[in-house]
Amino acid sequence: MPRACDACVSRTWLVARMAAHIDRARARLGEVLGLGDDELIAAAGGRAGDRVRDELSALDVDEVRARSHAAGLEAICRCDPDYPPALLVLPAPPAVLHVAGGLRRLLELSATDPVAIVGSRRASDYGLDVARSLGRSLAVAGIPVVSGMALGIDSAAHAGALEVGGPTVAVLPGSADRPYPAAKRVLHRRIVAGGVAVSELGPGTSVWRWMFLARNRIIAALAAMTVVVEAGERSGAMVTARVAREIGRPVGAVPGRVTSPYAAGANALLASGACVVRGPQDVLDCVFGAGVRLAGPGGGLGGRPDPPPELQPLLEAISAGHETAAALARAGFSPDQGLAALAALELGGFVRRGVGGRFSVLP
Amino acid sequence: MLARIATFAIDGIDPRHVSVEVDIRPGLPAFTIVGLGDAAVRESRDRVRSAILNSAFEFPQTRITANLAPAFLRKVGPGFDAALAIAVLAASGQVPVGALSAYAVFGELSLGGELRDSPGALAVAEGARRARLKRLIVPRQRAREAALVEGLEIAGVSTLRAAAEILSGSPLPPLPARTEDELPPDSAEPDLADVRGHAAPLLALEIAAAGGHNLLLEGAPGTGKTMLARRLPSILPAMTRAEAIEVTRIHSVAGLHASGLIRARPFRAPHHTISAAGLVGGGAPPRPGEATLANHGVLFLDELAEFQRSSLDALRQPLEDGGVTIVRGQRALVFPTRFMLVAATNPCPCGFAGVGDRCRCGEPDLRRHQRRLSGPLLDRMDLLINVERPGEADLRSAPQTTSARTRERVAAARERQRFRLHGSAAACNGEMDARLVRRHVLLEEAADRILAQAYAVGALSARGRHRVMRVAQTIADLEDHGLITQADVLTALSLRQRSAAESALAA
Repeated sequence: MPRACDACVSRTWLVARMAAHIDRARARLGEVLGLGDDELIAAAGGRAGDRVRDELSALDVDEVRARSHAAGLEAICRCDPDYPPALLVLPAPPAVLHVAGGLRRLLELSATDPVAIVGSRRASDYGLDVARSLGRSLAVAGIPVVSGMALGIDSAAHAGALEVGGPTVAVLPGSADRPYPAAKRVLHRRIVAGGVAVSELGPGTSVWRWMFLARNRIIAALAAMTVVVEAGERSGAMVTARVAREIGRPVGAVPGRVTSPYAAGANALLASGACVVRGPQDVLDCVFGAGVRLAGPGGGLGGRPDPPPELQPLLEAISAGHETAAALARAGFSPDQGLAALAALELGGFVRRGVGGRFSVLP
Repeated sequence: MLARIATFAIDGIDPRHVSVEVDIRPGLPAFTIVGLGDAAVRESRDRVRSAILNSAFEFPQTRITANLAPAFLRKVGPGFDAALAIAVLAASGQVPVGALSAYAVFGELSLGGELRDSPGALAVAEGARRARLKRLIVPRQRAREAALVEGLEIAGVSTLRAAAEILSGSPLPPLPARTEDELPPDSAEPDLADVRGHAAPLLALEIAAAGGHNLLLEGAPGTGKTMLARRLPSILPAMTRAEAIEVTRIHSVAGLHASGLIRARPFRAPHHTISAAGLVGGGAPPRPGEATLANHGVLFLDELAEFQRSSLDALRQPLEDGGVTIVRGQRALVFPTRFMLVAATNPCPCGFAGVGDRCRCGEPDLRRHQRRLSGPLLDRMDLLINVERPGEADLRSAPQTTSARTRERVAAARERQRFRLHGSAAACNGEMDARLVRRHVLLEEAADRILAQAYAVGALSARGRHRVMRVAQTIADLEDHGLITQADVLTALSLRQRSAAESALAA
């Protein structure tokens, strides 16, 4: 039984059809998405508008539904009583949600206070590690992680949740059945296997820039709280945070180095009153009230056994800033011993070797 | 009258026997050369005529036909001049014909009758020995080089006249005195004693040399990647005489070599704009490429990511087979390419990835850089080491080792490998294939556990596991461990080169 009404299906078709026009007005996206069908068509102007109007009146909504079904997607529209209420606070909630991985699963997850973990595509190793371990420990605490499956922070957050078998929700700019970016197809498959991928637009839609902004509003609205891990000042994650504030959801940010451009956005959020997120407990306190729900043991990031005592000095040297094999050699660790010990720490998941052979202690 | 003398054409890097025949018949004065020669061979007529006249011989004023046999082989260059002149002199009765059959003659002539320096004398000498000739006449500058081939009498002459006199029965002139570059490798070769700091890269260099492992150096600009790579030949075991002769022959053919036997292992560092043909050989006539010039030595590719994809792909067969086959017309030439590959790269396009916030590369730049670096070539790199700017204190410290000391350890480790791998296709650990790894690489229980753990957590691909085992075996050989210990495996793991697939697993 279809759970997307004719009006909403044709509205979705219209939005996709008008993608190029909407893109030109993406600075006023909220306003544009709130326009009625006729006003939206009028924006295209003149003859082009007439053509769109003709196409819309000739649209076979059953065929659109069949296409969506063929792509393995389930759909629900905003007229359906089960439509996630969290999304209805948006000025222009998505007409139809297309879901890969099961509609029922999406409705369950959206009802259990999910948390959005977002950030920029270009991120530091530190940011990636924090996103991953936040995703992991929130999943352990039973909190679904919502993000955008973009490169960088978003993917790390999803991957962290998946590591411990936690369900996670990816909100995609294009169609839910097709990974975007395409390089993330393995991640997409894993997300759909245990969680869901959601999109506003139907299958076969090509991706325009405004769709990322539109997608960000869905992330902010689905989540009970939005955490920005690492974002530049002009990152899309800042849009997510802004929307979250506008609809009255708490926003958190992970403090970053004041000298780092990667962290400028997150730090700016903190300066303007966002919750400081040092670990999963800060998130839980913010969503449920202080001390209501507890993160795993210790409440810190991580939750793994201590490193063997003989490796402890090396680990301390790395956290003290001797990040490379050469720096460790200068700090008195002989190269052959040092290299072996580094490999042991890496295998044990205590450190990570980043770009340029730089080791960092994993949170 | 007909006269015939042997000389050799250089086909790739191999000598091919060429018989120079000159027939003199009554008729209008004419001098024609047949037998698929190039422009330099056609021009040879004028050089031969002037050289004969200026050597106080007579140039026959009759019909002269010269043939370079076999006719199907394309002959290139001026190296046939001397043989042509001698054959003309013999056919015109100015040099006894009977002596010619024991001789080969090689060299370019000047108009004044001097024999000029010509590349490839060593290859020609090898050809002469294979053809069971007794004596070879070469330009005097090339005499010592040709004399490296045993079982052949070498006459190094500087004029056509002197060559003619030898054929008429004069004694052979003594070989010229040794020149400096024939002396054993000297202190001019860059030495590890010059290196300050760089403790881990030095260890990686030693392991690479000991096991014949290909090495990737990663580091920001100006950290010393090239400096380190240049020192690798100095810690490789000395070349055997056969290896030295092969290297000398190749370099002689390429015209890169002054005289005498090359003792130092070659180090070739082609610029990243090099074409595939320049790297592995090619062209018409086929010439050896950098991979062949680096045979028995080190091929260093600086700025690996900047090389054309086609050039790097062309290196696959040479790396795999130790030789490259070039097919031209109906013939296939094989150039030897047994080199160690050392490559250097920046961690990202700007070179400063990981150095604080100095890196300004965008996400697409980084991915493009990674993509250019990935691929089948990296699969052949057993070792990866990060090179960093040495600290201030390092620069003032004493050298940690010398090439001589490291070379001894390397030689001992190679000896253990030779013993173990005796009778197999591999000469060192770096050449072991999966089957040899399974048969020869024996791990202690704890070491085996570590390896299994690394595989289980996804840090290794199946191929990466073999790479680590090969390197661990070399480390064990350097330390003289019978079974590979846990520390050996851990060190090998930390020096492992991460394939794109493995990085993806970790991401």
